[in-house]
Amino acid sequence: MKDRVSAIIKKYGKDESQLVSILQDIQAEYNFLPRVELDKLSKRMDIPQSQIYSLATFFKAFSLKPRGKHIINVCLGTACHVRGTELILESLERQLKINRGETTEDRNFTLETVNCMGCCATGPVVKIDDEYYGQMSNDKVEPMLKKY
Amino acid sequence: MSEKVSLTINGNKYTTQKGQYVLQVARENGIEIPTLCNHEAIEPYGACRLCIVEATHGTRTRIVTSCLYPVEEGLVVQTNSPRIIKNRKMLLNLLLARCSENKVIKDLAAEYGIVKPPFREEYWEKNDCIVCGLCVRACEQVVGVSAISLVNRGIHKEPAPPYLKRAKACIGCGSCFYVCPTGAVKMEDKNGVRHIYNWNVNFKLKKCSVCGIQWAPEAQLEYIRKKWDLPVDFFETCPNCK
Amino acid sequence: MRTKLKSRKELEELQKKLHRKLDTGKTRISICNGTACRPYGSNPVAESFKSEIAKQGLEDKVDFKVTGCHGFCEKGPIAIIEPGNIFYQKIKVDDVPEIIQKSVLNKEVISKLLFKEQSTGKEITAQNELPFYKNQTRIILGNNLLIDPTEIEDYIATGGYAALAKALFELQPDKLIGIVKQSGLRGRGGAGFSTGTKWESCRKAHGDIKYVIVNADEGDPGAYANEGLLTGNPHSVLEGLIIGAYAIGAHQGFIYVRNEYPLALKNMTIAMEQAEKHGLLGDNILGSGFDFHVRINRGGGAFVCGESTALMASLEGKVGEPRAKYIHTVERGLWDRPSNLNNVETWANIPLIVNNGPEWFSKIGSPGNSGTKIFSLTGKVNNTGLVEVPMGIKLRDIIFSIGGGIRGNKKFKAVQTGGPSGGCLPEKLLDSPVDFDELTKAGSMMGSGGMIVMDEDNCMVDIARYFLTFLEEESCGKCVPCREGIKRMRQVLNDITEGKGRESDIELLGEISVHLKESSLCQLGSSAPNPVLTTIQYFRSEYESHIKNKKCPAGVCKALIQFSIIDEKCPGCGMCVKTCPSNAITFMGKKKPVILDQSKCIKCRTCYDICRMGAVSIE
Repeated sequence: MKDRVSAIIKKYGKDESQLVSILQDIQAEYNFLPRVELDKLSKRMDIPQSQIYSLATFFKAFSLKPRGKHIINVCLGTACHVRGTELILESLERQLKINRGETTEDRNFTLETVNCMGCCATGPVVKIDDEYYGQMSNDKVEPMLKKY
Repeated sequence: MSEKVSLTINGNKYTTQKGQYVLQVARENGIEIPTLCNHEAIEPYGACRLCIVEATHGTRTRIVTSCLYPVEEGLVVQTNSPRIIKNRKMLLNLLLARCSENKVIKDLAAEYGIVKPPFREEYWEKNDCIVCGLCVRACEQVVGVSAISLVNRGIHKEPAPPYLKRAKACIGCGSCFYVCPTGAVKMEDKNGVRHIYNWNVNFKLKKCSVCGIQWAPEAQLEYIRKKWDLPVDFFETCPNCK
Repeated sequence: MRTKLKSRKELEELQKKLHRKLDTGKTRISICNGTACRPYGSNPVAESFKSEIAKQGLEDKVDFKVTGCHGFCEKGPIAIIEPGNIFYQKIKVDDVPEIIQKSVLNKEVISKLLFKEQSTGKEITAQNELPFYKNQTRIILGNNLLIDPTEIEDYIATGGYAALAKALFELQPDKLIGIVKQSGLRGRGGAGFSTGTKWESCRKAHGDIKYVIVNADEGDPGAYANEGLLTGNPHSVLEGLIIGAYAIGAHQGFIYVRNEYPLALKNMTIAMEQAEKHGLLGDNILGSGFDFHVRINRGGGAFVCGESTALMASLEGKVGEPRAKYIHTVERGLWDRPSNLNNVETWANIPLIVNNGPEWFSKIGSPGNSGTKIFSLTGKVNNTGLVEVPMGIKLRDIIFSIGGGIRGNKKFKAVQTGGPSGGCLPEKLLDSPVDFDELTKAGSMMGSGGMIVMDEDNCMVDIARYFLTFLEEESCGKCVPCREGIKRMRQVLNDITEGKGRESDIELLGEISVHLKESSLCQLGSSAPNPVLTTIQYFRSEYESHIKNKKCPAGVCKALIQFSIIDEKCPGCGMCVKTCPSNAITFMGKKKPVILDQSKCIKCRTCYDICRMGAVSIE
C-alpha cells in the first residue's frame, strides 16, 4: 500500500511550518484525518502528537471523523443570513435527519456550515461537492438532494 | 544589554533594566498585581488579563497586560485605577460564572466584592479550569515532553491529551498539577501509584531502596536518567537518602 | 513558449507587441466566470460560448475571454461585447447560439438580455451607461473585464508589471516608500493605517531577513471584495507585493488565502507560476538583481486568522492564536522577524500609485482618505455585487444610485459595514460619507468591505445575536474577556429573542461591551461589541419591544411570532398544505380557507414564502 503520508511530507520538505498545509493534503486524500495517519505524521516529522491534535481541532476545515461521500456546505454568511439561510439549514437537517456537522447513517451526506463562500449576491447559497446552488429556498431542497 | 530605564508605578519612581516586563518590576518592588496565568518559570502568555494596568507613554494611555508590556523610559503605570478595578471586577464576574464553585476563584472574586455574577443562574457553570494554559506550557517549556495541548477553540478550548485518550508522552512529573492556579488538575499518589486523572494516566511510584518511601514515578525518573545520561542505579535511592 | 524577460526593455517590447494584437477589429466577448457567477451557471455558459465559436469556425473573427468578476453579480451570468460595450445579463446556455448569430455576426442587440431600469423599465445597452456602473470609479476592478486571470499576457497587455519595472530600475527604496506615503494610501483591511508609514517602519526595523505578507483571509461573512480581486486579477496583487518587497528589503513573501476560496487559490497559484516563468518573480527579476520568492498558504477555516499575529502564527504551523502587539509585527513578526502585512486590496493599489503618481491618487477620494474602496454590496438591494467607489461617497449614493434601492419596494432599515467588527447604521446616517474616519465616528468601521443592506423584514436584535453567535464560534478562546464575555452576551441576546429578556439586560450588555473593548487581547474581542452597541444605539426601540412587550416588530424571532391564515384571502388551493414540513396545515376543500394548527407549527416560513395570495400573516 502506497505510503501517502510520507509522500505528502516529502512534498513540503518536512517543514514544520507547513503543518496546516500537510494536514489539508492528508484530509484531501482520506476525506478526513484518520488517527493512524496522524500518528505516522507525528513519528516521521518528530512532532508531538498533542501538537498535531491541537491543530486538527482548532481549524474548522479538519474533520477527525469520517465524512460522507458528498459534503454539503450551507453558507451562514451575513448576506445569506439576511435572506433566510438558517431556514434552509433547518430544512436540510429535517430532511437528512441529522444535525449540522454530522454525517447521515448511510454515509452519503455530511452537512457542514461555512461562514461565507464569496457568492453573496446569489444567496442563500448551498454547495454540494463542487457545485454551487444559489437563491435557495425551502422548496428547492428536496430536488437538489435527489440529484445525489 | 544593561541599559537602564526609569518608570513610575502608582506615583513612585523605579529604575530597572531594559527588556523587563512591567509585572516583573512591580513584583521586585513589592507592588501587588493579581495574576492567574503567570508563572516565573514559564513565558508570559497574556490570557487571563487579570494583570492589566493603565500605562501612559507620552500622550497615549492604554490598558495593557503588565506581564507582557516591556518597560519604557518615562512610562507611567497605574495598577489600581478605577478603570482597572472596573475591568478586573467584570473579569472576575466572568470567571466566577464559569467556575461558580471553585474556591480559588470564589476567594479572588470576594476580594473585589464579587459574590454573584450578573448573569442568569441557570447559565452558571461549575468548571475548575480557566484555560490559563499553564499546565500545557509547563509541559512544553519546562519539562519538554508536550504530553498535552490546548485543543479546540473558543468556548470549547481546554487542555487535553491527544484524542482525549491517554497522554502517552506523559512522564508523571506532576508539573501540571503544581502550576495549576485553580486546582483543576487532579493528581493523587495512592497505593504506590500516581494518578493524574485529567490526562488518563497513572504511574508506578519508585520505592527508595533505603527508606522505602515511594517518592516519584518510575517513568519520570527514567526520563531524567536517559536525558542526562545518568547511571542505571542513579535513582535507586531518593534524594534524602543520597 | 515564453522565455524569461531579462530586462525592462524586453518587458516593454512584449507589452507593445501584445497591445498591438488587441487592435485587430475582432469582436471581443468577455464573460464572467467568477465565483459569484458560478451558482448561476456561468461555467456551462462559458463552455457553451467556447464550443459554439469553435463549431462555427469563428476563432479568427472573435476574441473570446473568460474573466473574473465583472462586479454586477446580481445579474449573472454576464457578458460584455465590444465594439458597442453591449451588456448582456442572466444569460442561459440556450441563449448562446442566438448571441453569436445576432450580436456577433449581425451586430444586432438582443432586447431580452438587456438590463432594464427598475422604475421605468427602460432598456440600457451599454455597460458604461448602467446606473450600477456609471456611478463607480473602477480604477482597480475595471481591468477584470480585459483579463483572463490564467493568462499573464493579458495582464501585461494592459500595462501590467510596468510599475514593477519602474520601481526596480528608476526608484530607490526610500523614494518608493516616500511615494506611497505621499499618496495617502491607508490599509484596506480595515484598520486604515498609513501604508507608507508601515513600510517605512519595516524597512528601518532591525534585521536582515524580512517578510512581506498578503492577508487574503477575508473572513467577514458577506464580504468578498478580496475574492473578486484575487480571482479576477491576481497579478495586480502580486505586482504590488513584489514592489513592496523591493521597497522594504524583503526577499520572501507569503500569500495567506482562506481555505473557502478555492478559485482564488487556483488562480493565484497559476499567476505565480507564470510570473516566475516570465522572469517577473523569483531570482534576478527582470535582470535587476533583486530576488524575491513567494509561498501560498491556505487558511484552515478560522476567522481569527485574519488578525495579523494569528495569521503569522498559522504561517508558522501553529494554531491561530493572536499575541500582544506591544511590540509591532513590523519589528518582530513572522518568526520574530520584521514583517509587513497588508490586505489584498492595499497591495493592488500599489502598481497604480507607482504608475500614475501619488498626486493623482490623492486627488481621488476625500481628504485623509485617498483612493477608492471596493465593497461587496449585498443583502436587500436590487443591484448586488462588487462596487468600487471613491472614498467619501455618501452611503445613500452607494445603496440607491448604484444599488438601485431596496428590492421588492420595501423600506430601508440599516446597513452593516465592517463585518462582525463593524456596526449597523440607520437611515438617518445615510448621508454620511463612507471613509475610515466617518464610519468609525458613527460607531462602525470600514472593515474589509462588506456592506450588507437590511430592510423592514430584518430584526436588528436578531442581527446582533447572529454576529455574536458567529464570533463566539470564531473566538480563539485564549483570553477570558472574549471567550467568556461573548458567550455571556450571546446568551443574553438569545434570551431577548426568545422572549426571556430582562429590564436590566441592555445595561448588562453595555457593561460587558466596555470590558471587552478595554481588556481583550486582540481586535476580535475588542470590536465584538460593535454590532450590539450600534443596534442598541440606533434601534433601541426594537430591543425594548422584545424585552417589555415580548414582540418582534420585524416578524423574525420565532418565539415571538405567530403564523396565521387570513381566511378572506385563502382560496383553498392547498399549496401550503403540501409543502408544510410538519403537517401543521389542514386542507379543508377547494374555496375553503385552510386551518393552521399552532401547536404543530415550527415557524419555518415555507407557507408564507409559497403563498401567492398573501394569505399567511406573521404577527
